[in-house]
Amino acid sequence: MSNKEWPLWEVFIRSKQGLNHKHVGSLRAPDATLALDNARDVYTRRSEGISIWVVESNYIHASDPSDADSFFEPSDTKVYRHPTFYDVPDGIKHM
Amino acid sequence: MKNEALYNYVLHLGDDSLILGQRLGEWCGHGPILEEDIAMTNISLDLIGQAMSLLDYAGEIDGQGKDHDALAFLRFEHEYRNVLLLEQPNGDFANTMMRQFLFDAFRKPLYEQLVASKDVQISAIAEKSLKETKYHLKHSSEWIIRLGDGTEESHNRVQNALDHLWRYTDELFSESDLDQSLVDAGIVPSMSEIKIQWAETVRSVLEEATLMIPTNNWQFEGGRRGVHSEHLGFLLADLQYMQRAYPNMTW
Repeated sequence: MSNKEWPLWEVFIRSKQGLNHKHVGSLRAPDATLALDNARDVYTRRSEGISIWVVESNYIHASDPSDADSFFEPSDTKVYRHPTFYDVPDGIKHM
Repeated sequence: MKNEALYNYVLHLGDDSLILGQRLGEWCGHGPILEEDIAMTNISLDLIGQAMSLLDYAGEIDGQGKDHDALAFLRFEHEYRNVLLLEQPNGDFANTMMRQFLFDAFRKPLYEQLVASKDVQISAIAEKSLKETKYHLKHSSEWIIRLGDGTEESHNRVQNALDHLWRYTDELFSESDLDQSLVDAGIVPSMSEIKIQWAETVRSVLEEATLMIPTNNWQFEGGRRGVHSEHLGFLLADLQYMQRAYPNMTW
């Protein structure tokens, strides 16, 4: 009997309301088809979604937390990057 | 009773769903992996939901005020009309999936035909259940293919399961004289059409799974007449215990 573990998959679900697929969790499955089946059974049994993506976790490349100083902190002081310095005309709604 | 033929037919549909649902529920907490544990219990609950609708309708036809609980929990062994295939013990995962596949491949074309039933209640239940059953068949087919065309160990186990369960498959298509009156009235389909579709699904999936259809044609039957294997009594003891020990209890 093989002791090899099935690969890990990340699961993304698009809910009825939302436009984007959102990461909801992960699971194990031997291949993509069964990963979708499992995602359907584990993550949409309470009508949470209308579309599922699965990606083998191996294929996700993540930023390194130890790079946070140079990766993310510099933007904290760049308030001018937020579009908050414009006068919005009175007639414009929903801003 | 107004319509004994219809009562018997709806009861057997309900009992098939109930007994397989109970069997699959036995996997709860024992699945080979967490994901499959949830998948099997989801399917179990789909089947028990179908059983509730079908047994409620059977009780309505019977006209003695029995609801799904009365029919599920308070009958004796010989009064159940499920086929023998579904009361067979779970065995290993390959055996459970093979039992599921052989049944799903039968249930899907049956529900497809029942959607066109002249009985509106049967048609409505079939329409809702068909969506669930299509997924059940997809799921069990995928497992049969992967187990059959997998390792030597998985291939042998699923081939053994097929060899063992094949003898219970003819009964799926048995038709009583009472059923014939329903076929004539356009309420239920003829089983000969269902069998053709079943055989095609089974042939193509087993071929992809590299499994051999058994050549031994010895077949068991009896469940449809209430003559069951020794396994049903134990299953019912589990299923009925609470209602028998504490009559009318609810939670």
